[in-house]
Amino acid sequence: MSRALPYPLLTAALLLMWLLLTSFSTGQLLVGAAVAIGASHAMAALQPSKPRLRRWQLLPKLLGIVVLDILQSNIDVARIIIGGDRRDRVAGFVAIPLDLRDKTGLALLSCIVTSTPGTAWVEYAPDTGVLLIHVLDLVEGADWVSLIKNRYEALLMEIFE
Amino acid sequence: MTPAENLPAWAALLTAVLVLLGAALTLVGAIGTLRFGSFFERVHAPTLGTSWGTGAILLASVVCFSALGSRPIVHEIMIGVFITITTPVTLMLLARAALYRDRVEDDANVPPRTMLRRRSVNAAAPESGDEPPRG
Repeated sequence: MSRALPYPLLTAALLLMWLLLTSFSTGQLLVGAAVAIGASHAMAALQPSKPRLRRWQLLPKLLGIVVLDILQSNIDVARIIIGGDRRDRVAGFVAIPLDLRDKTGLALLSCIVTSTPGTAWVEYAPDTGVLLIHVLDLVEGADWVSLIKNRYEALLMEIFE
Repeated sequence: MTPAENLPAWAALLTAVLVLLGAALTLVGAIGTLRFGSFFERVHAPTLGTSWGTGAILLASVVCFSALGSRPIVHEIMIGVFITITTPVTLMLLARAALYRDRVEDDANVPPRTMLRRRSVNAAAPESGDEPPRG
């Protein structure tokens, strides 16, 4: 099984992408499957670490939370830009001690932090697990450390660790 | 390609609203890039364009072509996925370059490397070796 399909998830994702980009027909299914299996074997030659998904059922929940949060911060940042700057707006860095160590989880967290307007991933220290982010609007009284830890990190740790 | 007059009114309206929303968000992001003062503030503005700016335009495309073709067309999602995955790469590269520059110049506005040490939680953390060379 693992010999024939070294990366089942990657193979499935590639096949799905092939079918989305072409059309759903038996011929395309066969060609797509051949391409996906070939590509996953090429990937196996590179020997990347294999991501483990422990509880993939939580992914849609995470996606939902993230999409809505991004929408909210889009509105917030757009308001700051259009409405002119408030005098008391303070931008600054926040250091967050992370417990998440899984590489795929961290990559996903970086996508979340980066895609959210108003927060930017700046630096991560792999030895201590401390993440430095830049926040555009610190004033709102939000506790950024517990926000990132409770809202995203807890869920990511459940999914990947 | 199917002519656009076949587009039902509800789909045309929804498409128009979504395209305008996406374009407006991207424009606001571009204006923000101009208006903010420092590099680390500027970095936030273009994410309007890469998040819901792109998202709304892609949704408009899904609505428009699904209504025209009378079958769901969702391959636009791929564009969104690829943009979301690749944005952090560029951003981290830029942010870390700026951070390095500011630290070398001893800019007081950026936190020193020591801020990344875990203070109380992890006493066993390595104590030396991660201070950047000061010129």
